[in-house]
Amino acid sequence: MTIGVLALQGDFAEHIQILAHVGVRAVEVRLPRDMANIDALIIPGGESTTIGKLSVAFGLMAPLCQFASEKPVWGTCAGAIFLAKESTGHDQPMLQVMDIVVQRNAFGRQVDSFETDLDIPAVKTPENQHPVHAVFIRAPLIERVGKDVEVLASLPDGRIVAARQGHLLATSFHPELTGDDRFHRYFIRMAAGLT
Amino acid sequence: MDDQTVGTVGLKRGLAQMLKGGVIMDVVTPEQARIAEQAGACAVMALERVPADIRVDGGVARMSDPDIIYKIMDAVTIPVMAKCRIGHFVEAQILEAIGVDYVDESEVLTPADQHHHVNKHDFKIPFVCGCRNLGEALRRIGEGAAMIRTKGEAGTGDVVEAVYHARTVLGEIRRLVGLPDEELMAFSKEIGAPYELVKETKELGRMPVVNFAAGGIATPADAALMMQLGVDGVFVGSGIFKSGDPERRAKAIVEATTHFRDPRIIAEVSRNLGEPMVGRSVSSMPESEHLAVRGW
Repeated sequence: MTIGVLALQGDFAEHIQILAHVGVRAVEVRLPRDMANIDALIIPGGESTTIGKLSVAFGLMAPLCQFASEKPVWGTCAGAIFLAKESTGHDQPMLQVMDIVVQRNAFGRQVDSFETDLDIPAVKTPENQHPVHAVFIRAPLIERVGKDVEVLASLPDGRIVAARQGHLLATSFHPELTGDDRFHRYFIRMAAGLT
Repeated sequence: MDDQTVGTVGLKRGLAQMLKGGVIMDVVTPEQARIAEQAGACAVMALERVPADIRVDGGVARMSDPDIIYKIMDAVTIPVMAKCRIGHFVEAQILEAIGVDYVDESEVLTPADQHHHVNKHDFKIPFVCGCRNLGEALRRIGEGAAMIRTKGEAGTGDVVEAVYHARTVLGEIRRLVGLPDEELMAFSKEIGAPYELVKETKELGRMPVVNFAAGGIATPADAALMMQLGVDGVFVGSGIFKSGDPERRAKAIVEATTHFRDPRIIAEVSRNLGEPMVGRSVSSMPESEHLAVRGW
């Protein structure tokens, strides 16, 4: 299996490092031709406006939409915004392939960024039943989800921060910034059709 | 499980990780901030004057009027940074109260303290600091900086010092990685850096925080040059809004930073950008006008 990581801007190197650690081949995707031999794609954290504009400038919007219509894609933070069908209050290039509505910078500015532990049954393994330590940096919130979307994680007040719709996965937080590789393993199982 | 923690080292360094591969642009008005965001900047630096004008105007350069910073924060959705003077912890407190996303404790402003920088551990918001070499970088990280930028020579449009500082820092890291552990203490003493951070840098094989280049970057080729040398992203100060066509130049620098290893794309985005900033060669400037020497 080869997983592409969209490498236009953001923390793509952190995703690639974790994929290498769990033994999966990862390639950087900057142009449509880089998507030729990948089985799944991760859209990293970064600035969603920057990633969107660069996707438009280099002809990636249509190939990414086409890819996301049939193959597994996971977006973290900015990546989750990029996947969403709608972002409230902002007009920016988005793939609009996942039936979620997101709110950018939903918690405020950097002073409001936070870390917390979340109970996420979907990614737990027999060896590791611990909560997931989640890092929220100027994070978006998943305001609403469509009927085919499964909520994987919420904050204690019920606000949604991780969701899955078939082969599409979105997280408001950054599993690539912690040493915990369970989300990456979960996505690899998704990509292999095992979950 | 509803315990939330804020202001951690991980959150401070983490925001810088989200900026990687991007371009941070100096802006002095909300309109410029919107142009920068439209061009694909990953953040903006809110200022009263860009470094080239600070050089021309002379006098004491201080933190910007909060009103300008608030207006720029309202104009864009990307992160907003602002500068405080070296050692001026009250300017830093004000910037934290305003709610900027990053404070740049910057040599471009007139230093407020000739011996000490701000104790950046005291703050919930993250700081970026300049450096000319690894020792200076690790001293700043020791004080709590969550991001580093090589200084270059701001406001000149001459990339030579940016290259020199990046080569110095990255060269020192390459040398450090090859040292046996028993030589790390002497190395720490030689460069004037905390031992634990020297050790961590050796183990990581890179700076423990994100490292951008700054100071004199004026063209898409300059940005790609710094990226190929091995930095994580670039700051462009006067180079954009002191040029003939800021919109096009800003977008071209963003695109060249992403595709920094692809000379065909850099050639394409570099076409018809209009006049670059006029600039001043650093070698023609008297020592007294060099900003990079500020910082201890």
